Amino acid sequence: MATIEFSEEQTMLMETAVDFCRKHSPLDRVRAQIEQSDGISAEVWQEMVDLGWLGITVPEPYGGLGLSLADTVPIAESMGRHLMGSPFVATTLATQALVQNASETQKEHWLPQIAEGSAASLALTEEDGNWNLTEVGSHAQVQGDKLLLTAKKCFVLDAPQAAVIVVSAQVDGAARLIAVTADQLPEGALVRETVIDETRRSYTLEVDALALPADQLLPGADFASVEHAALLLLSAEMSGGLAGVLHVIIDYLTTRKQFDQYIGSYQSLKHPTVQILLSMEACRSHVYRAATLIAQSDNDAIEEAVRMAKAQGSEAFAFAGDRAVQFHGGFGFTYECDAQLFLRRALWCQYQFGDAAYHRNLLAPLLLD
Amino acid sequence: MSVTQAEIAEFEEQADRWFAEHKPGNPGFILPETFMEVGTDQQFEFLRDWQQKVYENGYVGMSWPKEYGGLGMDQVFQDIATKAMAKHRVPFLPNTIGLNWAGPLILAMGSDEEKSKYIKGILSAEDIWCQGFSEPDHGSDLGSAQCKAVKDGDEYVINGSKIWTSLGSYAKYMILIARTSTDGPNKYAGLSFFLAPMQAAGIEPRPIKKLTGEYGFCQTFFHDARIPASCMIGKEGEGWKVAMATLMFERGAVGGQAGGLSMMDLSIDDIVELARRAKRNGKPAIEDPHVREQLVDLITEARGNSYMSARTKVPALATDWPDAVSMSGKLRATELKRRMCQFAISLQGANGARYVSSEAVDGGLWQRSYLNAFSGTIGGGTSQIQHNIIGERVLGLPKS
Repeated sequence: MATIEFSEEQTMLMETAVDFCRKHSPLDRVRAQIEQSDGISAEVWQEMVDLGWLGITVPEPYGGLGLSLADTVPIAESMGRHLMGSPFVATTLATQALVQNASETQKEHWLPQIAEGSAASLALTEEDGNWNLTEVGSHAQVQGDKLLLTAKKCFVLDAPQAAVIVVSAQVDGAARLIAVTADQLPEGALVRETVIDETRRSYTLEVDALALPADQLLPGADFASVEHAALLLLSAEMSGGLAGVLHVIIDYLTTRKQFDQYIGSYQSLKHPTVQILLSMEACRSHVYRAATLIAQSDNDAIEEAVRMAKAQGSEAFAFAGDRAVQFHGGFGFTYECDAQLFLRRALWCQYQFGDAAYHRNLLAPLLLD
Repeated sequence: MSVTQAEIAEFEEQADRWFAEHKPGNPGFILPETFMEVGTDQQFEFLRDWQQKVYENGYVGMSWPKEYGGLGMDQVFQDIATKAMAKHRVPFLPNTIGLNWAGPLILAMGSDEEKSKYIKGILSAEDIWCQGFSEPDHGSDLGSAQCKAVKDGDEYVINGSKIWTSLGSYAKYMILIARTSTDGPNKYAGLSFFLAPMQAAGIEPRPIKKLTGEYGFCQTFFHDARIPASCMIGKEGEGWKVAMATLMFERGAVGGQAGGLSMMDLSIDDIVELARRAKRNGKPAIEDPHVREQLVDLITEARGNSYMSARTKVPALATDWPDAVSMSGKLRATELKRRMCQFAISLQGANGARYVSSEAVDGGLWQRSYLNAFSGTIGGGTSQIQHNIIGERVLGLPKS
């Protein structure tokens, strides 16, 4: 029997996160933040730090709470619901990459900094848009105690704020992870990208034969666990986003009149809205089932669960965003209408870390053979 | 009532063993999949005997009160027994209307006398129940029921007809909605609810041939049929309220059912297994990339459904629209089943065009199941009406 576990810690984190995001990320604030160049305000970030959120998955010896990635799911979900653009998810994923792959010395160096409030990020994807994280063109050569990194990585979130960026590159013919600090990057290495979700601050990271100390190469190269963590948190953001966009739709359907009727009384709008509701419920179920398995370290079942969550959530959220724009009619065609914010977020989520077809293709051998 | 883990484990083992040992063998004829498809006396007798045996051995009605024929045990035991039935794929319990709708209703709203009179017969399948809600001109629109009940002394005189009365020709009782008045403030106000005896002069159930070519439903005609006034449940004019309570049991939105398997459900695993055997263009269908993607999609949907109730038991994970999951159970399950059957046929190449016969894949089971699947997406309120209900009651959208 498939169970869903939700601990007291998770319940408390969720209550705090719901209040936090409601307070700091109403949609007018989301829009204001899009216009600013530096992203989330320092005060809001500090509040997250004070709440201990950055240290949730950092083990206790390094100054964190030592909880599971599953405990960050309610926070990512709440942020997704309010379209909050913060380095929280990127930092949490980079933390996971370090916890799983770094040496003791590396952990002692990086993890306390993160637990104390330094942002971090991941640089995995490249120009060709390949979702297979181990197929990378960036490469690094070990020369004595130096590592020469030549890389062009894309979709590096909140890179200028990150104290450390975990970069993937080929080393001796195998994909590896390298920790790069902000002060090691030369001028101009980070260039802001134009991406469809304007709440995201996404950068290209480009370096040519950048010399780094060789001990910044992480000994582990568990790309699977990095991918699973990313799928879980992206799916959590989509679950929240589905609830958020559904509220936007319902608000309009119950206040806008056409032909003397509230448009929500028309079945052509009502029925797809119910489909969105049911897909949101399915998404939440997949997300919290996957979170349960991750909390239980049920490694055989995790891959199926996170790929299902991402496949189902990607399609559901993209459908919901698409219909949200359509149901707003002429207003939906304007930048002023909030539906576009969610549609753009849905497209971002869909095409990061694999779309539905990609994950179904990888699920087929797991489920059928 | 506290139940220990040891008691649970012990009962799990006991139920598992009993159903493994007592699963009936192949009866030599195709069994129906739900109570709506019982088409022959042979099928009916077989299923009734099975329910009786399950009841006598204490695996149905376990949580119902002892004084009326139940076992007065914790619900957890019934859930275990029901799961064992599904696991061993034993036949379903045919008195579905009694066990899941009429029984819980009587226990919730009936008098002691009514409970004593009806409950035991429901559990033992001695008294089969049918449902008289839908009418030929008012399918999903229950509130517009026109079948009339006119009071005459200590009796009501019924005239009109009800349709889709499954097991109508075997039933001893019917849960009946009839119009006792037309002058209320709205159409709902004039309805009343009866636990009507079927063996009365002027009540005639006539079997209806279904789209599958089989029988299983009746249209029940009432010509000046007299039933005792005492069989009304609730007050005159309160029938809508009682019917809504019954539908909550039917949709699984509230507990209180006797438990037990109510249908032989096919699972997604059956479809995967078929995909291994069935051939498309000379190769096992499961090797076709398009088939694989669709299978994964169906498995994902089925898994999502299977997690729903566990998730919504956590209050923090059932926010915003807390009734969405319970109100949509029938819609999600029946639509998925219809699409699974439709897909199963698509795995068979040209043989998809066959129907029940020895040449067909699995004797034509999938084609028949697909046609029968509409009983789920139409009966108990069509999927389209379910969308309206969920949109209006769960999301608060204006009425259509």
